[in-house]
Amino acid sequence: MSDETPAPPTAARPYKKPLPEPMTASRPFWDAAREHRLLLQRSRKTGKYLFYPRGVSPFATDDELEWVEASGRGTVYSYTLARRPTAPQWGDDCPYAIAIIELEEGPHMTANLVDCDLDAVKIGMPVVATYSDVTPEVTLVNFRPVAT
Amino acid sequence: MSLRGKSAIVGIAEFKPMRYTEGATTLGMLAEVARDAIADAGFELGEIDGICVEGFAEAPFEAPATIVEYLGLDVKFAEIVDLGGASGAGMVVRAAAAISAGLCETVVCTTATRRERRTTEGPKRSASAGFSGRRVDRTPVTEFDAPYGAIGANYGYAMIANRYMYEYGVKPETLAKIAVAQRYNACHNPDALFFGQPITIEDVLNSPVIVDPLHLLEIVMPVAGAAAVVVTSARKAKKLKKPAAYVLGAGGHTTHRSITFAPSLTTTAIKGSADQAFAMAGIRRRDIDVASIYDCYTITVLLTIEDAGFAKKGRGGAFIDEHNLQFDGDFPLNPHGGQLSFGQAGAAGGMSHVTEAARQVMGRARGRQVKKCEFAFVNGNGGIMSDQASLILGRNS
Repeated sequence: MSDETPAPPTAARPYKKPLPEPMTASRPFWDAAREHRLLLQRSRKTGKYLFYPRGVSPFATDDELEWVEASGRGTVYSYTLARRPTAPQWGDDCPYAIAIIELEEGPHMTANLVDCDLDAVKIGMPVVATYSDVTPEVTLVNFRPVAT
Repeated sequence: MSLRGKSAIVGIAEFKPMRYTEGATTLGMLAEVARDAIADAGFELGEIDGICVEGFAEAPFEAPATIVEYLGLDVKFAEIVDLGGASGAGMVVRAAAAISAGLCETVVCTTATRRERRTTEGPKRSASAGFSGRRVDRTPVTEFDAPYGAIGANYGYAMIANRYMYEYGVKPETLAKIAVAQRYNACHNPDALFFGQPITIEDVLNSPVIVDPLHLLEIVMPVAGAAAVVVTSARKAKKLKKPAAYVLGAGGHTTHRSITFAPSLTTTAIKGSADQAFAMAGIRRRDIDVASIYDCYTITVLLTIEDAGFAKKGRGGAFIDEHNLQFDGDFPLNPHGGQLSFGQAGAAGGMSHVTEAARQVMGRARGRQVKKCEFAFVNGNGGIMSDQASLILGRNS
């Protein structure tokens, strides 16, 4: 996972890592990810963007949330390089990068940094969303450095 | 309404941390350590009219009732406290509040974690599965963090440490000093897991990096154990005519579950919790004689020193460099060894900061007793800087 987008799983090599179980409120996010698009919710009242998707606004009781397409651009807010696996399913992946990405629209999300030189990862580094089709049903949103 | 001086810790019990249990039940451990704490207070079972307990997997429903029945208690106040590592301190906050409000007079607060060796049948089962003991976790954490390997706590504290280094900077040697001082303390505590095993700053920095930038010796070792305290009214505590640790201040603060959504990685919820406790107690930071600070990682201690107000934001590293953190130093920190060197037995590890602070204030800490210990500050931290609970304990009401 650290150096390149993983090859899709096969019957001989099934995907064993935990998968998201979409909830009613988050299904549009995961559906869009399968189409390699990044959707966020936005508050009608405050204009603030929101991640993760929710059924109610955390900004005000009389607020409503709408779905909007995000740019996919962001920066590394913080990260760690896992030298030992954080869970057994990642045992063959070390080292790999887990990062909190600050999206251009404001919200933070956790993802892996892929297609990158791990020694060059820095806080503040510009990144862009990239989509990992880990199973036929699930696409994870990851990030890679913006080519310079 | 203030809780100041209205209740006190009068009984303490704690199991020596152990790497593994063999066939123990969490219920049995919770009950035994609670019974020991009640006996330590000199109370009969019939004098207990309240209980605080953590959720545990063996009792997915009605955990307080399960232990009440097992111990033969009859209570007016039965509470489950689900604040992760802050549960121990949080139980004392709730016990003090219930006593102060007249709901009950004497509350036993009990925590325990068993830990069986992995068997060939599969991975070990978690001994403590949180609120209501539910094993099936289906929350935003499992949906949006776990698929990326953001599992457990190590990665989150590593991201906090990296962000702190980016915003304020701290030398690895400074963080290592925390682990070394606590190991010194543990070498004066025969009950500590790492008793008799001193370490140096070089040992810490030469230990393997687990999650960049955290080294192995900056990370707690999970163990099995149990800890309990008895909290009673000040009126009843004074009748006992033996040392008590009065609850002078209490606070709590919760802002997030996943570190992804923490309002800040470097200014934590500890600030609100500690400020509330100090304001209630009406004492200054420099009045504190011993700091019993949750230390799942060295970075946790640095952030707590700042956010609890012992040092200004960004000055925690300098504070650590300038002070001697040993129990016999000028800023005694976690005299029992902290969880880094005493051992982290789940919520009982968090409770160890309460038991140690109470012991110090009562003058019962033997070979690691802090001299002239009038006031102790306790901070409990749950999750990844998620749940905070703070206490100020004092020798007098």
